[in-house]
Amino acid sequence: MASSSRVEILNEGGLRVDGRRPYELRSVSMTFSPQAHADGSATMQQGLTTVTVSVFGPREPRSRANAIHDRANLVVEVGVAGWSQPGVGQRNRGDKRLTEVGATIRQTFEPVIMSHLYPRSEISIYVQVLGSDGGILPTAINATTLALIDAGVAMTDYITSLSVGLHLTQPLLDLSSPEESDIPYLVVASLPGTGKVTLATLETRIHVDRFEEMLAVGVEGCKILKAEMEGEVKKRTGTMVERMKLNALPDRAGGMKDSDRDILMT
Amino acid sequence: MPRDIPVPTINRSFVQAALEKGHRLDGRRPLERRRLLIQFPDPEETSVSGLGRVEVSLGKTKVLARVSAELTNPRSDRPFEGLLSITSEIGPLAGEAFHGEGRTTEEEVILTRLLEKAIRRSEAVDREALCVVAGEKVWHIKLHIHFLSSDGNLIDAGCLAGMTALRHFRRPEVERLDRDDGMAAIWKVYPTDERAPVPLSIHHTPLCVTFAYLEGNLLLLDPTSQESQIASGTLTLTLNAQRELCVLSKAGGNPLGVEELMKVVTLGVDVVREMTSEMESALKADEAVRIVDVR
Repeated sequence: MASSSRVEILNEGGLRVDGRRPYELRSVSMTFSPQAHADGSATMQQGLTTVTVSVFGPREPRSRANAIHDRANLVVEVGVAGWSQPGVGQRNRGDKRLTEVGATIRQTFEPVIMSHLYPRSEISIYVQVLGSDGGILPTAINATTLALIDAGVAMTDYITSLSVGLHLTQPLLDLSSPEESDIPYLVVASLPGTGKVTLATLETRIHVDRFEEMLAVGVEGCKILKAEMEGEVKKRTGTMVERMKLNALPDRAGGMKDSDRDILMT
Repeated sequence: MPRDIPVPTINRSFVQAALEKGHRLDGRRPLERRRLLIQFPDPEETSVSGLGRVEVSLGKTKVLARVSAELTNPRSDRPFEGLLSITSEIGPLAGEAFHGEGRTTEEEVILTRLLEKAIRRSEAVDREALCVVAGEKVWHIKLHIHFLSSDGNLIDAGCLAGMTALRHFRRPEVERLDRDDGMAAIWKVYPTDERAPVPLSIHHTPLCVTFAYLEGNLLLLDPTSQESQIASGTLTLTLNAQRELCVLSKAGGNPLGVEELMKVVTLGVDVVREMTSEMESALKADEAVRIVDVR
């Protein structure tokens, strides 16, 4: 672990290392269905952290032993690309830290996916970290939400996630890598609809009295992120519906000419 | 891969129904811990050699922790710091779900990672105090945690055993003897009957508290194996007596509101305070009877 305590977390003007204000999130961008072969997939980019998630299923479990009679079984695997962060070589599948991240994602989504609708089946979630600049876990969770929506898996709500750091007494939202290695932080994932918390992990020492404020700020931030994600999902669904309409209309009128199809499918 | 036998529906609904009335199968109330027993080796037989060895039982869960020390070279990027390594072992002895061969299961990985975060990442042991000569020789403290019997809540018992062992342990005194003939210096580790061993310098004592959530927002402290199988999720807090939160891990289980989560944290603070005082009185009682140095 490199210690970089030379970084000024918050300068005199109240700006952070990358020029953001304390509660400012990094810019996000989302792409739906980047993977053609998956049932649903999404890429989420928060700042320079990029994560792609593919979802397969609900499908028949690859091993019969994994089937659960009254609900779907959730399988999560996490991989980190060798070029995603400096200094660290390729992490293999047996890595303890990755197993832990995978288990965390699985446990986060288990209560929200309506798995009782898919008994004896399996939903596989493959997470691939393509670029890492802090906040791998929150970005992976956000990307998983989008990929599950893309796959059409029934869920009770979105799950959005953010990291919340603490500099002296000032909470900071959505940490980048240099901040993450310097200050204590907490990862929150919440259901923005109710403001309830499904995941909270903390690995560094924080006084109990500070914790409550950080949690509240984190949950608030998750709501903002949800609005952003929902907008993208609606836009995507809008274009899909539009295309379906366009495709359906000539059919009803007695088939569609090949030349029409060429134009419509662009 | 052997797994725990799933709890039959009839048992599950019975336990659930009893819990809704505030009863648990072993007669505890929902927010009551099991009896904590901290045992050190017999002070008469093992005065000094028994230092750093402790057996903790929490109901039927039993853990053995052992600390040893070794002189090594420091890491080149951290010449002023000693090393602390934590290994935990859980085999078929602890329960049939732990088969001990082949790939470690996800549960075991999470257990090890949590112990590591609770004790090592929270900087419980002052690693700079383990330095003998900067850049040359440091102490490598090894903490082994063996799970002997599993009846739920391994993490709390493991963490408590680990921290107790670290506070109980004393490392031997060491001195550098330079030689006149230009040969490399000798490191003399004094036997414990020549010079009294010294305790480790401990920054703080983090302890874990685990809660289990059941359907209908029932909250249970210190769940047994059966209760955690029924539970929809567990929450583990690592706190110290200074009201500092070192590790919090809540994943899965019913989503909780911020106030509910804070309620659990405040409850945890009190539980850790009780556990710390129990641990300290056990350490004090042992110190009174164990003869380590004679003045």
